[in-house]
Amino acid sequence: MSMLLQVENLASAFFLDEGVLKAVDGISFQVNEKETVALVGESGCGKTIVALSLLNLIPSPGRVVGGRIVFNGEDLLQVGAERLRQVRGGGMGMIFQEPGAALNPVFTIGYQIVEVLRLHRGLGKHDAEVEAIRLLGETGIPEPEKRIKAYPFEFSGGMQQRAVIAIAISGRPQLLIADEPTTALDVTVQAEIVDLLCYLQEQYKMAILLITHDMGVVIEMAKRVMVMYTGKLVEVAQTHDLFRDPKHPYTQGLLNSIPRLGEGRKEPLYGIPGAVPDFLSLPSGCTFHPRCSIGDVSCTTEFPSLRDISSNRKCACYKVEGS
Amino acid sequence: MKRRNQSNHLLLLGASLLPGMGHILLGKHSRGRPLLAFTLAIILLLYWRWQVFLKVFNTTWFDYWLAAVFLIASLAASVIYSVWDVRRLLTATPKGPQGKSPFQLARRRFTANRMAVTALYVIAVFYILAILAPLLAPYDPAAITDVLSTRYLPPSTEHLFGTDEFGRDLLSRALYGARVSLSVGLLAVLVAISLGTVYGAVAGYFGGFIDSILMRIVDVIISFPTFFLMLMLVGIFEANIVFLVLILGLTSWPGTARFIRGELLSLKQREFTDAARAIGLPNRLIIFRHLIPNAMSPILISAALMIGGMIGAEAGLSFLGIGIRPPTPSWGNMVSAGQDALLVAWWVAFFPGALLALTVLCFNLLADGLRDALDPKSLMRRFV
Amino acid sequence: MVRYILKRLVQAIPLLLGIATVTFFIVHMAPGDPMDFYLEQRYRRNIDPELIELIRQKYGLDQPLHVQYVKWLGNLLQGDLGESFAHRRPVSALLAEVIPYTLQLTVLALLLDALIGIALGIFSAVKQYSALDKTVTLSSLIIYSLPGFWLALMLILVFSVNLGWFPTSQTRSFDYEFLSWFGKLLDLGWHLVLPVFVLGIASAAGTARYMRSRLLEVLNEEYVLAARARGLKERAVILKHAVRNALIPIITIYGLSLPFLLGGAVIIENIFAWPGMGRLALSAIHARDYPVILATSMIAAVLTVIGNLIADVTYAMVDPRVSYEKKKPV
Repeated sequence: MSMLLQVENLASAFFLDEGVLKAVDGISFQVNEKETVALVGESGCGKTIVALSLLNLIPSPGRVVGGRIVFNGEDLLQVGAERLRQVRGGGMGMIFQEPGAALNPVFTIGYQIVEVLRLHRGLGKHDAEVEAIRLLGETGIPEPEKRIKAYPFEFSGGMQQRAVIAIAISGRPQLLIADEPTTALDVTVQAEIVDLLCYLQEQYKMAILLITHDMGVVIEMAKRVMVMYTGKLVEVAQTHDLFRDPKHPYTQGLLNSIPRLGEGRKEPLYGIPGAVPDFLSLPSGCTFHPRCSIGDVSCTTEFPSLRDISSNRKCACYKVEGS
Repeated sequence: MKRRNQSNHLLLLGASLLPGMGHILLGKHSRGRPLLAFTLAIILLLYWRWQVFLKVFNTTWFDYWLAAVFLIASLAASVIYSVWDVRRLLTATPKGPQGKSPFQLARRRFTANRMAVTALYVIAVFYILAILAPLLAPYDPAAITDVLSTRYLPPSTEHLFGTDEFGRDLLSRALYGARVSLSVGLLAVLVAISLGTVYGAVAGYFGGFIDSILMRIVDVIISFPTFFLMLMLVGIFEANIVFLVLILGLTSWPGTARFIRGELLSLKQREFTDAARAIGLPNRLIIFRHLIPNAMSPILISAALMIGGMIGAEAGLSFLGIGIRPPTPSWGNMVSAGQDALLVAWWVAFFPGALLALTVLCFNLLADGLRDALDPKSLMRRFV
Repeated sequence: MVRYILKRLVQAIPLLLGIATVTFFIVHMAPGDPMDFYLEQRYRRNIDPELIELIRQKYGLDQPLHVQYVKWLGNLLQGDLGESFAHRRPVSALLAEVIPYTLQLTVLALLLDALIGIALGIFSAVKQYSALDKTVTLSSLIIYSLPGFWLALMLILVFSVNLGWFPTSQTRSFDYEFLSWFGKLLDLGWHLVLPVFVLGIASAAGTARYMRSRLLEVLNEEYVLAARARGLKERAVILKHAVRNALIPIITIYGLSLPFLLGGAVIIENIFAWPGMGRLALSAIHARDYPVILATSMIAAVLTVIGNLIADVTYAMVDPRVSYEKKKPV
């Protein structure tokens, strides 16, 4: 599998009145063709900003401040606006957490798909409509030829997400960025969407960058997982390795806090003590150390770098030994 | 150490007898400077106009008494406030970080908005000038002397705003006109807001059938263009100043009513209404003690906006000759008088209109500031 | 869609009824004899008492209130609005003469409002914090606060008297009859410029401010981000996706500005000697011409209702969420 996306030292910040908020502080990773990589972490750790940074869509007062984003050999932070526009939708597609909010309420679903088809694939009006119907059908929407004329508010949540997915893949992107695609949906619908994404990945040979805090979805879909905390990566591993044997204390905490059915109903639910710190006043050194059970004074000077601790595993912790 | 502190305190309290001085010495400039400026202005006025001031005792005119009493009262109030506040600041123990009530947060946001604060000061100054008009006016606004030599004089050091066709000093007329225009606006808004709030609150709270009927009536009244409605009412009922205020208020209350009803409908959904009902509060109390105070902020904002509109409406009516009629000066009818003389004496129409514009502008800025302070939905969403 | 229009039309009827009723009550609550509205007081002494009786009977003034009300409505529906005291002509004929002039001003002012207001609002929002934005925001606030009559006078002073670019009043020049048809058109337009400008600029300022804040809100919405993420051109994102959404509440505001413009027209017509409804109403007030006063207010209200109706229907056309029956989500 060859490398599709390589991110080096990506940094993005928000320039607020109260100070500079470093939402993404030096992240490096790569995504290969046709592979699914998950980016996990608690709400508010900066995952969404990573996604927006890839497409350079961070709303002001934020922007990308450093690093390289090499997609298919091009550094997206250096290319011109026109080329970037082509990559958006054509090279990388994005789906969102709230599908209802991602659809323009005053245009029909069909119009919004056709728009992208005509722009990225140069289809004529009639061909685009035909293709739109086909795409809607492929994403599991019944009676697509009627639904094409429908407005977003007429769809249920699950159907809206399918429509958003249809729009996202209509430009035949090589990478699909899925930002919390299932979080806002009912549990049963979640499973359907996950299946749909896996199916489409096969069909269209896409890579998927899955951003979520739902571990169940991660296990189902991702081959590799990256764990993020306060804007930095703290652990990267193959999915099974991570779940079987998490090394970083934060990862351990995350996994422990998933309630399990059937086991020990008398045991209290576990939560990582403390709370995600305010980005404007981060703890010194390893930002996790106030909440960490194995941290000590040596963790307070500098944030640990993400080191290889074995083949296919990286961890950013002073207390974890590499083998 | 303690004795030095005490003598320091005494010194500061003594200094604060000159209002504002204490505050400035303590470093609280934003409070100290306006107080000091205000006091100095009053003292200056008293010095400059002490003859007029003494006339108060010879006259029974309400105007003069009002101005004189206001002067003395505000001087006394400044001194009292200055001493009291400095004392409070000196004896206050530093408190730990405490939660700020929404009101305090809003106040802080408001004071940070310089345009709004300036607008508030300008409005306050205008109202004070209006109250003090008898003392401030350099000439009697109705005084007509040798018309031929004094008519249509351009602005000069003697007549800052020039004179009109009868030779009357326009600055004095403008000051007296301010009283009419500003007070009519304020009173009319009070009428409209009180009526509208109660009406809208009742409609919104009870909902259902009562709501539909009440709102239908409002819909009908709103259909009449406000100005036309005013015209019609003024034309049919003779309009002296009291009627004018009533008519202005009566034509605008439906707007407030509808607005308040909307607020109440949404407030009704919130839990504290159920809680109030659960403890058995009678409806009347729920409406007045709980719901209306919560709707205060939109009421305030719409009030500020309305005053500007009312002042404009009165001016318009007076301009057309059906509001305040001459010789009582109102900024509106002064502009109208200037219309005839536009070619020869532009100042007659210019100054009253400019004052009107400035006043309405300040009220609009105030309303904007209130809106930003009380309703900060425009704050940026955190994306992290 | 058609059903929605019909529904709104039906809803408008009780409103029109209410307008007539309110006017009726004002007639009867005013100080003095309701007869004052049909026959001037000062003439009643001189007229044959039998004639007075006839008029009383015609308008049913000696009958109980509800009967009068029915007669009143009947007269209205037949188009009988009474006769003007001052002009000695049926009010309806008078109105028919003056309304077109007022409509000229109002419609053109609405156009000005829309074009300038929306365009400036969009520019302002898109280039937020730029010099243009700050200028527009500040000046729209100032313009919005100026009294219309004062602005009119100042503009006349500068542009008509001193610069001579525009005429000071009237709808047409004295030598109108001698101009070619093109010249006539130009002359009419020339006379329209100042009045329409003064009338429309205040509401244009309001529209610009509102459009700006609406568009800024919309630009923060997720679907705008999503549109950009799909690689749509920036111009399409803003003009198509964002503006379309932002315009929706503007349309309602727009409909609501008609009453405001009608009121403003009274002042503008007075200053520019424009022979419209406002000027008629004003002279009626000075002359105590009650039938005209009442009729103009009623007509103004009716026009407002019609304006709101048009606004509502346009709103329904633009926002698909409104006119649809609630379909069951799939």
